[in-house]
Amino acid sequence: MLKTFPKGGVHPPENKLSAHLPIRQIPLPPSVTILLSQHMGAPAKAIVEKGDQVRAGQLIATGEGFLSGNVHASVSGKVTRIDEVQDASGYKRQAVFIETAGDEWFEGIKSDDILEKDFDIDGQEIIKRITEAGIVGLGGATFPSHVKLNVPRGKKAKFLVVNGVECEPYLTSDHALMLEKGEEIMVGVQLLKKALNVKLAHIGIENNKPDAIRHLKELSAKHEGIQVHALKVKYPQGGEKQLIRAITGREVPSGGLPVDVGVVVFNIGTVYAVYEAVQKNKPLIERIVTITGKDIKQPSNFRVRIGTPISALIEAAGGLPENTGKVIMGGPMMGKALGNSEVPVVKGTSGILILSDTESSRSIIQPCIRCAKCVSVCPMCLEPYLLMPLAQQNKFDTLEAAHVMDCIECGSCSYICPASRPLLDYIRQGKSSVGKIIRSRKK
Amino acid sequence: MSKLLTVSPSPHINSNQSVEKLMFGVVISLVPVFLASLYFFGIGALIITTISIVTCMLTEMIIQKYLLQTEIRIRDGSAIVTGLLLAFNLPSNLPWWMVVLGSVFAIGIGKMTYGGLGNNPFNPALAGRVFLLISFPVQMTSWPLPITSRMHYIDAATGATPLGYVKEAIRNGETVSDAMTQLPDHMQMFLGQMSGSLGEISALALIIGFLWMLYKRIITWHIPVIMVGTVYIFTGLLWLIDPSKNAAPLFHILTGGVLLGAIYMATDLVTSPMTKTGMVIYAAGIGIITVVIRVFGSYPEGVSFAILIMNAFVPLINKYVKPSRFGKEVKHG
Amino acid sequence: MSMTILYTVLTLSLLGAVAALVLYQVAQRFKVFEDPRIDLVEAELPAANCGGCGYAGCRNFAETLVKSDSFDGLFCPVGGNDTMARIAAVLGREAVAKEARVAVLRCNGTCEFRPRTNVYDGTKSCAIASAIYSGETGCTYGCLGFGDCVTACTFDALHMDEKTGLPVVEDDKCTACGACVKACPRNLFELRKKWKGNKKIYVACSNEEKGGVARKNCTVACIGCGKCFKVCPYDAIVMKNNLAFIDSDKCKLCRKCVAECPTGSIIEIGFPPKKEKTAEETASVSN
Repeated sequence: MLKTFPKGGVHPPENKLSAHLPIRQIPLPPSVTILLSQHMGAPAKAIVEKGDQVRAGQLIATGEGFLSGNVHASVSGKVTRIDEVQDASGYKRQAVFIETAGDEWFEGIKSDDILEKDFDIDGQEIIKRITEAGIVGLGGATFPSHVKLNVPRGKKAKFLVVNGVECEPYLTSDHALMLEKGEEIMVGVQLLKKALNVKLAHIGIENNKPDAIRHLKELSAKHEGIQVHALKVKYPQGGEKQLIRAITGREVPSGGLPVDVGVVVFNIGTVYAVYEAVQKNKPLIERIVTITGKDIKQPSNFRVRIGTPISALIEAAGGLPENTGKVIMGGPMMGKALGNSEVPVVKGTSGILILSDTESSRSIIQPCIRCAKCVSVCPMCLEPYLLMPLAQQNKFDTLEAAHVMDCIECGSCSYICPASRPLLDYIRQGKSSVGKIIRSRKK
Repeated sequence: MSKLLTVSPSPHINSNQSVEKLMFGVVISLVPVFLASLYFFGIGALIITTISIVTCMLTEMIIQKYLLQTEIRIRDGSAIVTGLLLAFNLPSNLPWWMVVLGSVFAIGIGKMTYGGLGNNPFNPALAGRVFLLISFPVQMTSWPLPITSRMHYIDAATGATPLGYVKEAIRNGETVSDAMTQLPDHMQMFLGQMSGSLGEISALALIIGFLWMLYKRIITWHIPVIMVGTVYIFTGLLWLIDPSKNAAPLFHILTGGVLLGAIYMATDLVTSPMTKTGMVIYAAGIGIITVVIRVFGSYPEGVSFAILIMNAFVPLINKYVKPSRFGKEVKHG
Repeated sequence: MSMTILYTVLTLSLLGAVAALVLYQVAQRFKVFEDPRIDLVEAELPAANCGGCGYAGCRNFAETLVKSDSFDGLFCPVGGNDTMARIAAVLGREAVAKEARVAVLRCNGTCEFRPRTNVYDGTKSCAIASAIYSGETGCTYGCLGFGDCVTACTFDALHMDEKTGLPVVEDDKCTACGACVKACPRNLFELRKKWKGNKKIYVACSNEEKGGVARKNCTVACIGCGKCFKVCPYDAIVMKNNLAFIDSDKCKLCRKCVAECPTGSIIEIGFPPKKEKTAEETASVSN
């Protein structure tokens, strides 16, 4: 029996079109747009000015505030302006525009691909380098990694869990990374273990990536305290809480954090970025992005500099198909549909998915037939059929009592609903209203 | 940009399920049951099923169009399912106008008064059946003989159902084993060669339909298995206490509406509970009430009443039986 | 036989007496004193329970009115001055008259002026749409057009105009309860002073971006040029964040600003038709 989380979950068609394709480098874009808010918290403060010459890997904005992170130049060239630009949600955000000239790297950065294993660093130094490199969770939540590594007083991390699940259909960037950079990932895991001062790391990979499981199992045999687990294919296993439950059997308490059960979770991509930051002194300025879709000419896994416009990636994969309906940043279950394909790649961009009109359009909403499918697929064991009307009617007290704040917005309920009811649309709305009420109560 | 991109909140894909597909899945699963009823009851089965379906659909359409003046949703197929299930709960020699009346009641009162699909607390087909049973007790309890009455409709020769026969025998002071000698054997009952409603006679056909619905994930196993299990255990206990006054558990399951009720009537999505635990409570309740009515009540059969009674408890079950939430208890393993 | 009747009568009388006693005791013990004026005040209120006063329904507001010493900050926008005067009479206090107000949508980004840049296919709700992205047009400040305000309005004073895609306020029905102000996630509604004949002059734009950017997304955007600000003789216009705002309490409806606006973002409604010449002038400016 493969491990998995016990309750709920769905299994959408996997459609991993770009699996097994090698990671390709795309030509440097003529200019990049680097958003200053690529992490959860407040935007970073720009420390360069218009007209400045920068080199790849140079710090251009410092993260100030609790959940903020540093931002670095991803190419070398001239800062043309610092201005507002539409981010993935269409709202205006501050960004640094750099015109590319050559490919000069900031001193001290090793930009080669040679494997380095230098474990002679102490934990504090590792955390310091990760902080400086501006590493955030690359799975999409963009939670700054150094915050996770500084375990709050009174709590203790026992395990490190590495998320190689990639449960979203279509996306393959983590898969490609595991196949090509397995050894580096092992080094990254060891470094993170050292930083957290834990003995054991678990890597969870869904069983639809047997080659990656095999590869990492072979490699982990050479390393102490790394276990690779094959997991049953089930969405949303990549959700932190579900993954911890699947691997360790522990349930993160409602409203709690993974560290409450002694676990810290990192994404495979983040682990690789940690390796690069600590061993190569390379800040987070590029990442693997999957470009995929049924009608895309060449689905690919690209290694992309942060700030590259998405349209450039689409061009490199053969251009936008005629029947495009949606361009989605992320996967089809939790990704963000874009209103404009000029949006730049950010640290949290795991993939670009192009869906056709027919694939992405919503069906006509029918009345709820109380089939209870939403209840049975909810991984948090909530009752979406009840939460939706409560949110519609603004009954926030009842919503809170029905634990709406536990919702992880995975979309399983909307996905499965035979009556095509937009359950998550309303629940998400209700959740944000209840969240506001809770925050105002605390004040 | 030539074409505008579409934006919507996530998720961006759906499971390609729809209410229509669910309903037509149920209809397809009922095909073996229908064939069995055609084989045993012939022309009467055909007439009643046709009238029931057509009336149900027409009633729903007329109410939506003229009374409620809303969008006509007849194509979702729920009226067809109600019509089919109502027909399967009737004897094959019921006068046509009673079928019409039952169908109008089932859809009009049983479903549309509450707001249509998804809002009715009681199973509409059963509401229609119980309405007919109370209004026309004589016609509703005269059962044509299988096979021999194939070419007859109203004028079919009738006999008692096995359940009715046993109840009558016990009332007259005979033992169950004596009564059993006059009844078809278990194999015949399993195939469906006995008197009864159109859809309840053939256990084989019903089980095929059940397996199909499980395969298509239209229903889960909980309600049918728990309900049949409860009936089996409860009647088994009674049988162990006094085999001369109580029929064997297998007899109770194969005769009457237990299987039809467990597989099709109790599992009606709209009127059954939302959680697995709730389903277990609900199904066990139906099983117990069914046996209580059959053994201690004056009616030989009690499945319809049992389901309707438990339907009434569903909102309560939904309110108090909640899924056990993720992260409710903190485990350190 | 007669004994049976007697027993019955006696038993029932006794039961009745005991029950009466218990009821009386309970009524005494759990008696709640309620100011009778609350009922009187509530009777004067419009019973719309809209929450426009800031309290949970008319009853709650009546309780607050009776308890409080003055009418400071307490006003029923629906009933208006008449209602407040009557309540003042009931409570024997002075009413403070307030000017009548009406809701105004500060956006004129119709389908014609503000081209779509994408298509929204989610649940038709402004709150849901604005939570995920900036809307169907390039303007991140303007009306989303999914009608949350229409749903929120309990007085049937709002409806969506199919042609323009914007909500329309019916001034005579609007009670300035403020439900739409709260419902709009973009904060586009403003409660402005209500003039006779429903005359209005206001800047129909809320875009705080720089002029060029704003104009690119919507041809009738306020570009923050400040011409109206300079021409206003009454200091009624404030410039803030690239946006002009006409203070309806200071404005005297002189209409000088309307002609000045290069984008036509200042709207005048309810005035007698202008002389043709002026109309041409405005047209030539805004083109």
